[in-house]
Amino acid sequence: MGCCSQESAGISFIGPSAGAINGMGDKLESKRLAQAAGVNTIPGFDGIINDADHCVQIAKEIGYPVMIKASAGGGGKGMRIARNDDDARDGFRMASQEAASSFGDDRILVEKFIDRPRHIEIQVLGDKHGNAIYLNERECSIQRRNQKVIEEAPSVFLNEETRKAMGEQAVSLCKRLGYYSAGTVEFLVDSERNFYFLEMNTRLQVEHPVTECITGVDLVHQMIRIAKGHPLLLTQKDIPIKGWAIESRVYSEDPYKNFGLPSIGRLYRYIEPLHIPNVRCDSGIDEGSEISIYYDPMICKLVCYGNVRSEAINASVKALDSYVIRGVTHNIPLLRDILTEKNFIDGNISTNYLSEVYPDGFKGRQLTNTDKEHILAIAACVFSKMDIRSYTFINERPSTAKRKEPADWTLMISLFDEELQCDVKKAGSEFRVQINNDSFSVQDNINLASPVIETNINGKPVVMQLVSKDASGKLQIVYQGTMFTLFVLRDEASTFLKMMPPKPKVDVSKVILSPMPGVVRSVSCKVGDSIAEGQEVCVVEAMKMQNSLLAGVTGKVKAVHVNAGDTVGEDDVLIEFE
Amino acid sequence: MALSYVRVVQRPIYISWNCGILGVQCCNQYSTAAHTLRVTQQIKEKRKNALLGGGLSRIDAQHKKGKLTARERVHLLCDPGTFVEYDMMVEHTCSDFGMEKLKYPGDSVVTGHGLINGRIAYMFSQDFTVFGGSLSSIHAKKICKIMDQAVLVGAPVIGLNDSGGARIQEGVESLAGYADIFLRNVLSSGVIPQISLIMGPCAGGAVYSPAMTDFTFMVEDTSYLFITGPDVVKSVTNENVTQEELGGAKTHTTISGVAHKAFNNDVDALLQLRNFLGFLPLSNKDPAPIRLCDDPWNRNVPTLDTIIPPETTSPYDMLDVVINVVDERDFFEIMPNYAKNIIIGFGRMNGRTVGIVGNQPKSAAGCLDINSSVKGARFVRFCDAFNIPIITFVDVPGFLPGTGQEHGGIIRHGAKLLYAFAEATVPKITVITRKGYGGAYDVMSSKHLRGDINYAWPTAEVAVMGAKGATSILFKGKPDVSKYEAEYVEKFGNPFPAAVRGVYLCTFPH
Repeated sequence: MGCCSQESAGISFIGPSAGAINGMGDKLESKRLAQAAGVNTIPGFDGIINDADHCVQIAKEIGYPVMIKASAGGGGKGMRIARNDDDARDGFRMASQEAASSFGDDRILVEKFIDRPRHIEIQVLGDKHGNAIYLNERECSIQRRNQKVIEEAPSVFLNEETRKAMGEQAVSLCKRLGYYSAGTVEFLVDSERNFYFLEMNTRLQVEHPVTECITGVDLVHQMIRIAKGHPLLLTQKDIPIKGWAIESRVYSEDPYKNFGLPSIGRLYRYIEPLHIPNVRCDSGIDEGSEISIYYDPMICKLVCYGNVRSEAINASVKALDSYVIRGVTHNIPLLRDILTEKNFIDGNISTNYLSEVYPDGFKGRQLTNTDKEHILAIAACVFSKMDIRSYTFINERPSTAKRKEPADWTLMISLFDEELQCDVKKAGSEFRVQINNDSFSVQDNINLASPVIETNINGKPVVMQLVSKDASGKLQIVYQGTMFTLFVLRDEASTFLKMMPPKPKVDVSKVILSPMPGVVRSVSCKVGDSIAEGQEVCVVEAMKMQNSLLAGVTGKVKAVHVNAGDTVGEDDVLIEFE
Repeated sequence: MALSYVRVVQRPIYISWNCGILGVQCCNQYSTAAHTLRVTQQIKEKRKNALLGGGLSRIDAQHKKGKLTARERVHLLCDPGTFVEYDMMVEHTCSDFGMEKLKYPGDSVVTGHGLINGRIAYMFSQDFTVFGGSLSSIHAKKICKIMDQAVLVGAPVIGLNDSGGARIQEGVESLAGYADIFLRNVLSSGVIPQISLIMGPCAGGAVYSPAMTDFTFMVEDTSYLFITGPDVVKSVTNENVTQEELGGAKTHTTISGVAHKAFNNDVDALLQLRNFLGFLPLSNKDPAPIRLCDDPWNRNVPTLDTIIPPETTSPYDMLDVVINVVDERDFFEIMPNYAKNIIIGFGRMNGRTVGIVGNQPKSAAGCLDINSSVKGARFVRFCDAFNIPIITFVDVPGFLPGTGQEHGGIIRHGAKLLYAFAEATVPKITVITRKGYGGAYDVMSSKHLRGDINYAWPTAEVAVMGAKGATSILFKGKPDVSKYEAEYVEKFGNPFPAAVRGVYLCTFPH
C-alpha cells in the first residue's frame, strides 16, 4: 500500500496503517502477533515450507488433517486441505502455484485443520487515539472452496460468554497493533465453542452490511471519521444486537458444477428485489453489464433483515424468488435452497455444510408432488395464454381472419423425463387446470412479457419466473430459485413427436470439455500419452481460481486442442482421448 | 391406421360428381333408396381408402424413416378441425405401364385450406406413401387449384414437399404439371406469401418450385434438395457424395443458402411454421399484422448502452441489439447460418411485424459480400412486397475486397441490395450503431435512399473509409502520417459530420 506517499501528498488513506496491513497480511507474522496479544491460535508449523516433501513431513508432525495455505493469501485463494501424504504433495503444488499467480508470493504454511469448524468473525473498529471496540460477530460458515456464500449476524451458536471472550481478544489484538479503522478478526470455532485465531482482515469486508444491520452503525461513516483523526464516539456499551441479518452473495456462477464455477455473459435483464421490505442490495452492476472472465464473478450482496432469524430468512427467500437475473448462470438456485434447508434453519452448520448437505453436489431444488403440479399448472397457463394471443390479430380483414380463440387444451407437459397430461380450460378470469386427479384454478393475470409471474393457484399466491418460451413448446420457468425446463405440447403434437427418432447424442466420455470460460494455465499431457483415469490433464483458470481437469477415462491422448495461455469458452473441447 | 380425426367437409359438388357417374349405370336396375344407400357406402369406402393413402405398410415405412404422413402433417399444421380437403377422390389418368390398375383416391397429394391460428391458409402436402409422392398431371392440377384459390382469396400457400420427383409413367404430362406450378409460383410471387417446407426428398425439376417461393424451410436428417442425386453426380463428375452432403438441411442452410432455416423434426418444423405465419400478412393487400402485445413499446433498454465496445475495431454481437429491441426477445431469424455477416429476420414492435436487417460485426467484421448482399436483398424485397416495415442496424466497414469477390460479381450482387433498399416504399428506419463506411453506408438503407427516419448512436462514424486507409491515400509519402490519422479520427470518428448535414433525425441519447 502506498500510504506513505499519499500521506506526503496530503491525501488520507481511509483504512488502517501500512504497518497493520503488512503485519496482518502475512499469515505467519499475524499468527505471531496474535499470540503475543493473547489471542488463541491454531497449532501449526511456525515457518515457511520449502518443498512438497517438507510439506508432507510437517503435516505428519502436526497430524492430519492439515491446512496448506499461502502465506500472503486471502479470500480462500491458494488454500488446500490435505488428509494424507498424496493430498499434501498435490496441495502444496497447487497452493504455491495459485499463490504465485494471485499474490506474486509463493510462500506456503501448514497448520492443524479443525474438522467441522464454524467460521465466526468479529468486526472491530479502532481509532487513532488507542480506542477499539468490537461490533459483535458474523457467522460465515456457509462456504464453498473456502469462499463465503451466506453470512449472518449474529451467530446462532455463540453465547454471550463466548461472544465477549472473542470480542475482547479481538480488541486486545487491535490495541496491541495500534490498529485503527475497520477490521475483522476471523476465528474458527469448534463444536466445544473453543475458538482459534485465523487471520485478521485489515479492510472493510464484503459481508459488513449484516453487522451494520444489527448494530445500526454505519461502518463506512466510522472509517471516514477515523481516517480524519476523530476519536470513536461509540463505546462498547453502545453496540447492541438488534434483530437478525442475512447476506446472500449472488454470484455469476453455475452452482451445479462444484457449488459454483464462474459463468460469463451480458445481463440483458436485471431487476433487484428492492420492492420487498427489509431488503438491501449492494451491487456494482446494472442491466446491460457484462460479466467477464477477468474479474470476480460477484453480482450483488443481497442483505435481508428481520426481528428474528426466521424473519430474515423469509425476507431472503421472498427476495430471491423475485430477483431477476438473465444472461448469465447464477447461484440463486443454491442460495434459495440453503435458506430453506433444515440444517441451516436449525443453525446446525459448519464450514463443511455444503459437502455434507449436498454430498453428490447441488442438484437443484427437490420438488414435492405439489410443487411439480404447480409448475406444470403455470406452464400450462403460459402455453394457453400464448396460444390465445397467437389468434389475436387486431388489424386483419374480417373475411380472412375467422378468429375463434381456443378455450380448452389437452396438453402433454414433460418435466425431467416424465410426461403428464394437463387439461386446461379458460373460464373467465382464470384457468382451470386438471393434472392427474388434482384441479387447480390459476388466476389469469400472467403477463407474457414480464419476467416474474405473480399469480394465485387455488387462491394462494405463487411467485415464479418466466425465463424463456418458444414456438417449439420449450418453456423455462424458475420456481423456488431453480430453473426448470419444460416441454409443452398439445396431445396430438406430443403423440407425433414420440414417433420422431431421437437425435444421436455426442459421446462426451472421451473428451475433456472446459467447465467454464477461462484461460488455460497449463497442459500436462501431449498427443500419444497414456493417461490414467483421474490424472490431471490440464488446468483452467478463471477469475483467479485454478481448476484442475482430470481424465474421465483411462486411455491414450488423441488430440490436444489448446496450449497454455489460450482463452477458452464453456464446453470447448480441450483434449480428446482415443 | 384409421385417420378418423380428419374431418372432411361434404362439398356437394364432389359428391354429385361421383353420383353422376355411378347413377348412369345403376338407376335402371335398382330402387332409388337402395341405390342411395349403396352410393353412400361407396363414398365411405373411397374416403376410407383416400385417408389410408398408399396403405398401412407404406405408412409404417414412412414413420420408420422418422417422417409423418401427409395427412398427419396437415393435421398438425392446421387449427384442430379446420382443414377442408379438396379433390379427395380424384385419380390419376395414366393408362400406360399397367398404371390403370393402380389407382389411389386423391393420388399422391393432399390439398385444401385450413386455419392457422385463426387465419386462412392454402396448403398442399405431398404423400410419399402413394407412388413415392411423385407428381402426376392430376397431382399438379390439385396443387394449381389451391394456388389459384389462394390468389383469389388473398391467402398464403404452404407447400409440404415430400416427393420422389416426376411421375415417369406420365412423361410430358408430368413435366407440364411442374411448369404449371412454376408459372403460378411466379405469378403469385409478391401477391401472397408462399412457403415451402421440405419434409422429404425434393429432386430434379421439382426443386424450382420451392426455390421460387418466398421461404424454403427444411427438416434435418430427412429432407433433401438437389437437381441430380448422388448416383448421377457419380456418373457425370465421378464425385462421391452422400445425399446429406449434396443436398441435406445442413448443406442448404450453411453452404448454398437455398434453404432459409432447418428444424429438428417434422413436429418441430410444423409448430415453428405455425408460429412463423403469425409474422406475415395474408397477402400484399393486407397490412403487416399487429398482434396483441404485452411488452411496453416504451420499455427502457439499458443494455443497448453497453453493447457497442469502446474500441471501434472490437467485434460485438448485433443480435444482442436486435433481440433486446424487439417485443419479448422474440426474433425469427432467417438464414441464421448462411452469410452470417448480415442478420435478417422478423420481430415485432408493439405487436406489429417488422423486418430486421443488421450488419453482424461478429462475423467478417460485418462487411458486405456477395452472399450477404443477395441474402439481404431478397429479404428487403419480400418486406417491401408485403408491407412490412424495415428496421436496419448499420455497422458496416464496407464491401469485402478481393479477387474472389470481384470475379464473383460483387458489383452486380451488391447492386441487388442497393436496388432493394432504394426501391422499398415500406416505412424504413435506420440506426447507425457504429461504422458506416464507403458505398456500403449508402447501400444500408441510408437517408439518401428514401430512408424515412435515420438515427445515429453516439458511437456512429460515417466516412468514406477508415482512418488508416484514408490518410495513407490523402497523405501518401508524407512523413508523420499518424498525425493526420488522429486528425481524421477527430473529424470523422463521430456522428457530427453527418449530423450537422441533417442526415439524422437525431442521435441517441437525446
